[in-house]
Amino acid sequence: MSGHSTYEPKTAIERWLDTRLPIVRFGVDLMDFPTPKNLNYWWTFGGILAFCLVVQIVTGVILAMHYTATADGAFNSVEHIMRDVNYGWLIRFIHANGASMFFLAVYVHMFRGIYYGSYKAPREVLWLLGVIIYLLMMATAFMGYVLPWGQMSFWGATVITNIIGSLPVVGPSITTWLWGGFAVGDPTLNRFFSLHYLLPFMIAGVVVLHIWALHVPGNNNPTGVNVKSKADTVPFHPYYTVKDGFGIAVFVLLFATFVFFNPDGMGHPDNYTPANPLVTPSHIVPEWYFLPFYAMLRAVPNKLMGVLTMFGSIGMLFILPWLDTSRVRSMRYRPQAKWFFAVFVVACLILGVCGGHEPDDLWLPSAGGFTLWDSDLFSYTWVARVFALYYFAYFLVITPLLGLLEQPLPMPESISTPVLSHPATVPAGAAASPEKKG
Amino acid sequence: MLRKALVIAAVLGFAAAQPALAHTSAAEPKDIHWSFEGPFGRFDQEQLQRGYKVYHDVCSSCHGMKLMSYRNLGQLGGPFFDKRWEKNPNDNGYVKALVKDFQVPDIDGDTGDVIKRPATPADTFVSPFANEAAARASNGGALPPDLSLIIKAREDGPRYVYSILTGYVPTPHGLKVPAGKFYNPYMPGDMGSYWSGPADKIPVGGFIGMPLQLTANRVTFDDGVAATPEQEAKDVVAFLAWASEPHQEERKKMGFAVMLYLLLFTGVLYASYRTIWRKIDH
Repeated sequence: MSGHSTYEPKTAIERWLDTRLPIVRFGVDLMDFPTPKNLNYWWTFGGILAFCLVVQIVTGVILAMHYTATADGAFNSVEHIMRDVNYGWLIRFIHANGASMFFLAVYVHMFRGIYYGSYKAPREVLWLLGVIIYLLMMATAFMGYVLPWGQMSFWGATVITNIIGSLPVVGPSITTWLWGGFAVGDPTLNRFFSLHYLLPFMIAGVVVLHIWALHVPGNNNPTGVNVKSKADTVPFHPYYTVKDGFGIAVFVLLFATFVFFNPDGMGHPDNYTPANPLVTPSHIVPEWYFLPFYAMLRAVPNKLMGVLTMFGSIGMLFILPWLDTSRVRSMRYRPQAKWFFAVFVVACLILGVCGGHEPDDLWLPSAGGFTLWDSDLFSYTWVARVFALYYFAYFLVITPLLGLLEQPLPMPESISTPVLSHPATVPAGAAASPEKKG
Repeated sequence: MLRKALVIAAVLGFAAAQPALAHTSAAEPKDIHWSFEGPFGRFDQEQLQRGYKVYHDVCSSCHGMKLMSYRNLGQLGGPFFDKRWEKNPNDNGYVKALVKDFQVPDIDGDTGDVIKRPATPADTFVSPFANEAAARASNGGALPPDLSLIIKAREDGPRYVYSILTGYVPTPHGLKVPAGKFYNPYMPGDMGSYWSGPADKIPVGGFIGMPLQLTANRVTFDDGVAATPEQEAKDVVAFLAWASEPHQEERKKMGFAVMLYLLLFTGVLYASYRTIWRKIDH
C-alpha cells in the first residue's frame, strides 16, 4: 500500500509481532489511508458492495447447510428452509433479495465510475478488476437462480446454456460439458451448486486485489483532480467509516423493505412451481439485472450475432479506459459528456424494459401495423435495436470523439480550492473562457 | 401483483416485465381485497379455519398439499394455533383431534407389509392420489395441481384463484368445449380454434379440467357464517395464502421492529457523521 506507515507498536507483544507478521500495522494503515475529503454519497457504494458480499456469503453458507442439490430434492429443500428451518424464511429472503440489492449497488458503483472517470489512468487495473468482479457476480447470480429448481430456474438455465451452444465449433461441447449430459438435469444442478459456492470466494479474492489496486493510486474524487497535499485528504477512519456506515444503513432500510414487506416482488411466480422439463413457461425472463443484456441478445435476428452482441456489450467495459480520449476525468467539467452519459443511463434502463417484454409486443399499441424489415416499427425489438446501437456508439464513437472535440470547463487546481475559495481558477492549457461552473 | 411489480420496478428504475402472451388471453381477475395484504395485513384465524374446512371438504378430494404437515395447522399464525400448545404444535389438541380422520400409508416395522396407520400431527397432508398417473387417470388426463404454493405460483395469486373459483359462466354460444373440460374466462387460454362465432368476438379465457365446485352450502361453517360461493372462495383463498408462506405474519411483524431499529440506527449514524465531519471543510 502506498503512503508511509503511521503505526507505532506500543507494547512488547505488538513490537514482537510487528517484526514477524505486521498484520496490526497493515490494519492500522488501511484505516488511516488518506482519502480525498470531497467524496460524495455515490462513493459509499464501495462499502455497500462489500457489505452485500459479506451478507450473501454468510446467508449462503447457512442456506447450504439445509439445501439439497438434487433435481428431486432441491425444490422441496428450499421450501423446507422456508417452512421448517428456524428463521429459514428470513435467511432465504435476505439471500434472494440480496442478489438484487447487490446488482443495484454494483450498477450505481459502475455508473459512478464512468461519470467521474474513475477508470482513467492510473486506475485502469482497478477498473478492470471491477469488471472481472462484475462478470463473476453475473455467473454466480445466474447459477444461484437455478438452485431452487423452479420452472424459471430450469428454463432460464436451458435458455442461457443453449446460448453458449451457438458459439461456432466449441459451443456444443461447452454446453454438454456445462450440462454434464445432453440436457439440463441433475448433474447440471450439482455442478452449478458447487460453482455457486466457489465463485463468491473468488469474488472476495478479486475484491482484495480491487482494494489493493485502489490503494496504490488512491481514490478518485468528484472533481477528478489529483490529491495535491495533505489538506486534500482525511484519514479513512473515522471520516469514511462513519459516512459509509450511514450510506450502508440507508441502503439496508431499502433492503429490509423488500425482505420483510415484498420478498417475492423481484422474483417470478413461475419459480414457485417445481421444474418440469415437459412444460415450457409461456414467457421466460431472467432476473431484472440481466434484462438489458437479454434485450440486446434478442434484438439481433441472428443467434450467434446476438450472443456476440451480448458479450460485446460487457467487452466494451474492458476496453473503456483506452477508448476515452478526454484528459478530463470528471464529467463535472465536461458539459457535453454529461448529457451523453445521461442518455446512456436512460438507454440502459430502456433496454431493461425491452428485455422484460416479448420482442413483438408494441410499446405504443395504437400505433402498430407498420413493419420495418422483420418487426413492427413500434415493437420492443426496434426500441431495443435503437438503444443497443446507442449503447455501443457511446463506447465506440461518442467517448473517443468527444474527448477530442469537447471544450472542458475550467477545473479547480486542487480538491481544496473549490471548497476554500469558490471562484475556480483556470488550469494552464484548458479553455480560457471564464465559466461559472464549480 | 403487476401493480406491486410496477412499484418495485419504479424503485429500481425499471418498468415491469409484463407477461404478454401472443394469443393467450384471460379476464382481468376480480378486484377483491384481502385482510392479509400489505405490510399491515393479518390473517383472520376464523377465516383460516373456515378455509381449511373448504379445503378439507371440497378441494382435498383431488388436490394435495404436499408441503404441509398437520402440525402446521397448530403453529403460530395457523388456523388452530392456541397459546396452550405454543411450544410444540404437535401437542395441539385441535390438531390431534383432526388428524384422527386420516390414514397414512406406511410399512409395518415387524412384517414389512404395506399398511395404513392413523396420522399424527407430524405427518404431511394425505395425498388424494397415490401418484401422478393415478391422479391423471381419475381426472380425464388432467393433473390437479398441488395447492401448497398455488397462491405464490400465480401472478396476483389470491385474486386469480378467487376469480377461477367463482368465475364459471355459461359457455358462450359458438364455443366448442372438449369433453371433460370446462370454460372459465379467468383461465389463460386461446379459444380461437374452438370458436365458430364472429372472429372479432373470440371469448377471453380458457379451458379448465375442474368443473364448478363452490356452490351455496357446499360446506357447513361451524361458526355459522353463511356458506355462499363467494364466502367459501374467499375463505379457502385465505387459507391457501397462509399455507403458501406460513411464517408471513411473523415476517411482517419482525419487519416493523427491524425498520424501527434501522431508522433509529440510521439517525444515530447520521448524527455521528455530522459530528465527526463538523470541522472538515468539504
